Amino acid sequence: MIATIADWLGAGCLVAGALLGLAAGIGVLRFPDALSRMHAATKPQVLGVLLLLLGIALRLRSPADVGMILLVAVFQLATAPVAAQMIGRAAYRSGRVDRSLLDADELAERAPGGGPAGPA
Amino acid sequence: MTGTSEPAPDAPGPAVVGRGRLGRWRDQAVALGWLVVVWILLWGDINWANLVGGLLVGAAVLVFYPLPAVSFGGRLRPRALLVFAGRFAVELVSASLHVARIAVQPGYRPRGAIIAVRLRVSTDLNLALTAEAVSLVPGTLILEVDRDSGTLYLHVLDTHGPGDLDVARARTLAVERRIIRAVGSTSELRSLDVTSPEKGTRP
Repeated sequence: MIATIADWLGAGCLVAGALLGLAAGIGVLRFPDALSRMHAATKPQVLGVLLLLLGIALRLRSPADVGMILLVAVFQLATAPVAAQMIGRAAYRSGRVDRSLLDADELAERAPGGGPAGPA
Repeated sequence: MTGTSEPAPDAPGPAVVGRGRLGRWRDQAVALGWLVVVWILLWGDINWANLVGGLLVGAAVLVFYPLPAVSFGGRLRPRALLVFAGRFAVELVSASLHVARIAVQPGYRPRGAIIAVRLRVSTDLNLALTAEAVSLVPGTLILEVDRDSGTLYLHVLDTHGPGDLDVARARTLAVERRIIRAVGSTSELRSLDVTSPEKGTRP
């Protein structure tokens, strides 16, 4: 009984995660500039991967597999923002920003004397 | 579930006051312990071979890839940590759905903005944790970090005017407040109270 419920919950999580992944893919295609694309590429995908992992964990249910899945989740959460920041920063510095789509840019207002010295 | 995994690596860190030799050794031992746990999880089986192998690999990683010491001067507050994790999960789901919706909405071109948020506690640990948490929630993307002044530069997606910028700023500072409440030291908590009325917004 519990196994059946877990299977169905797992299936639901897998479908939801896959749908979020699909939305992320559509966003990458449709968003107008590099920065907005990064939102789609990194963000719905985070929850999507977590849901997929949860779904897999609910179906596998053995301690060794759950431990491995936990590791994947932790590393995913720890590394996704770093990758997103590096790409976003590179896009901004190489001028691949569509200024007509920006309401404000407080990074440009930063004192130029300091230079781009932000250590990541 | 997601939020708790964030500060966990620092969780058993002792309240290091001075960066003494002993504290440094203790930090290394804690790091080694976590590396062994990761190693055993990777093999999915606890036995002596994995334990010894994990110790060897962990020691090698610490010797050959030394990291700058991150001082953890705060203490863990389980209730505040739960609050942080809960709010994080809620924001993660709602913001993911929001970004997914504007991704598939026909004929919609989202506008964005780049804002500067100056954090009230500019320690490395707080900067890193806040940047991670803010960055994991959709709709905000870290572009640049100014470590000296403790300022995050964010790209915010789907803005409709200046009001939305203030909302995003307040949301980021709220994330910082929840993190400090969960893992910060008492003096950091105090600096939170002192500067909260003026919202700490500065370009």
